[in-house]
Amino acid sequence: MHPAPSIILFTVLSGLGFGLLFFLGLDMPPVSGWTAFWFLVIAYVLAVGGLLASTFHLGHPERALKSFTQWRSSWLSREGWASVATLLVMGAWGGLVVFFDTDILPLGWLGAVLSLITVGATSMIYTQLRTVPRWNHWHTPALFLLSALSGGALLAGQVTLAIVLLIATGLFQIWAWHAGDRRFAARGHTVSSATGLGRPGFVRLFEPPHTGSNYLTREMVFTVARRHVAKLRLIGLGLFSVLPVVLLLLPFNHFIALGAVLSHVAGAFVLRWLFFAQAEHVVGLYYGRRDPAGIAA
Amino acid sequence: MTSLPSQPSLKKMGLVIDLDTCVGCHACVVACKGWNTENYGAPLADKDAYGAEPVGSFLNRIHSYEVTPEVGPAQTVHFPKSCLHCEDAPCVTVCPTGASYKRVEDGIVLVNESDCIGCGLCAWACPYGAREMDPVEKVMKKCTLCVDRIYNDNLPEVDQVPACVRTCPAGARHFGDLGDAESDVSKLVAERGGFDLMPEQGTKPVNQYLPPRPRDAWVAEEDDDTQIDVLAPFLAPVAEEPKGFFGWLDKALERL
Ligand code: SF4
Ligand code: SF4
Ligand code: SF4
Repeated sequence: MHPAPSIILFTVLSGLGFGLLFFLGLDMPPVSGWTAFWFLVIAYVLAVGGLLASTFHLGHPERALKSFTQWRSSWLSREGWASVATLLVMGAWGGLVVFFDTDILPLGWLGAVLSLITVGATSMIYTQLRTVPRWNHWHTPALFLLSALSGGALLAGQVTLAIVLLIATGLFQIWAWHAGDRRFAARGHTVSSATGLGRPGFVRLFEPPHTGSNYLTREMVFTVARRHVAKLRLIGLGLFSVLPVVLLLLPFNHFIALGAVLSHVAGAFVLRWLFFAQAEHVVGLYYGRRDPAGIAA
Repeated sequence: MTSLPSQPSLKKMGLVIDLDTCVGCHACVVACKGWNTENYGAPLADKDAYGAEPVGSFLNRIHSYEVTPEVGPAQTVHFPKSCLHCEDAPCVTVCPTGASYKRVEDGIVLVNESDCIGCGLCAWACPYGAREMDPVEKVMKKCTLCVDRIYNDNLPEVDQVPACVRTCPAGARHFGDLGDAESDVSKLVAERGGFDLMPEQGTKPVNQYLPPRPRDAWVAEEDDDTQIDVLAPFLAPVAEEPKGFFGWLDKALERL
């Protein structure tokens, strides 16, 4: 799939923001007064900034409110509701903490749960697509939730928990890659099932419908060179997990902590870029995408 | 609205596309673009039409494939593709605004363009590449099954079929009710072994494809009097085994 900057910004930033809100809601760390205020500002800038970035992806952002109507069937709509609910609940909780020095625990917990629901709903937008086998698996929500939690723990200064989560997410990411690389072929999508013509390996695109590109080829038939994938995966994991963990294990100071956060966020962008760029859409089969099952046959 | 109808409609209007007769002329592509630019909804735009990187939105596109059978020469199959008006349409349920919907009365899948926010998720959800974002209007475009022709009493009866069906010079596109087992299209599908595209996606497409018929062979079986190449017997090779110098060379190489 085309790795659109607006969507990468949206998923990474809002993941971090809602991850941080999760920990704030659980009083990890317990905050009050100005500290609470600045923590909340960071979380809201990330979460709201991410949501705003997502509207740049829309052809008609001025109609964005219409997307609240279909929560019964559409994950994109549910994601909208979940994020608004989270922002309202955590706003109320935060307002009370900052201005009235009252921490209503259950309200914070509700906000924490809603934060996770929001991240989960975002991931379901991708998970629900049977047309993209790499995403169409419980690995996707697990990965989004783990990423949001590790980023949130890091931002909330939960050092020990952050180390554990960063390692867990890194390992889970490796497993998800391993499984994801095989899923397209395992699902049995081939140019022969797409066209109904002959056995795999004996049907090939002779002429595309047009000589140039079209919306479909630009949006969905995006490929990354294999050798770049291996490098980017290493760079992504190094920045996302390894370097922050090493930095956190060093004697603590604020510069080192900032370095860990920056490295983690940069890594999150690389990994999210790969999440999109590597995802193969079945429509590619009609456009002469290499047919993994066919080559094996 | 973007929930699918609770009961599949009895009437399932759709197309049957004959891969045997399609000659790949793209006439249906042009007819479709013309009708749907001049009539319902946002016109189908072209951008940079005479420039280096032309793009445009189309509701129907023709691919061509080369198929190599187990025996015999490869053959070219032209492959028209437009929305299949799936019964279990994933493009409809993902839509956050209700712009995409499947009609209860006849199963046609449509986009209400004034509700569409242009998020593109429905195009991601369609396995067949049947939805394209218009490059100028930024709303989702898809085949309407020419809903503004098929029920349009202002048109002569012969024109009350989709523009692509009306225009196809080879008669490769058929239109009708696939929910009615007695309709001409349903009979055609039964007779010719019509099939679904990518059945493993579980979309239950309404549109059906008819397979290409096996090609005639140049040399028929011995006892087959349908021999079409009447000169073939006179062209049988006279020397199966090479003789002379080449015979010797052949044997020498064989022995190596
Ligand atoms: S062919 Fe694609 S756009 Fe048409 S109904 Fe099926 S899934 Fe939707
Ligand atoms: S692009 Fe339009 S029709 Fe498609 S899912 Fe988004 S709002 Fe619905
Ligand atoms: S039915 Fe109409 S809109 Fe659909 S492909 Fe044919 S001409 Fe185009």
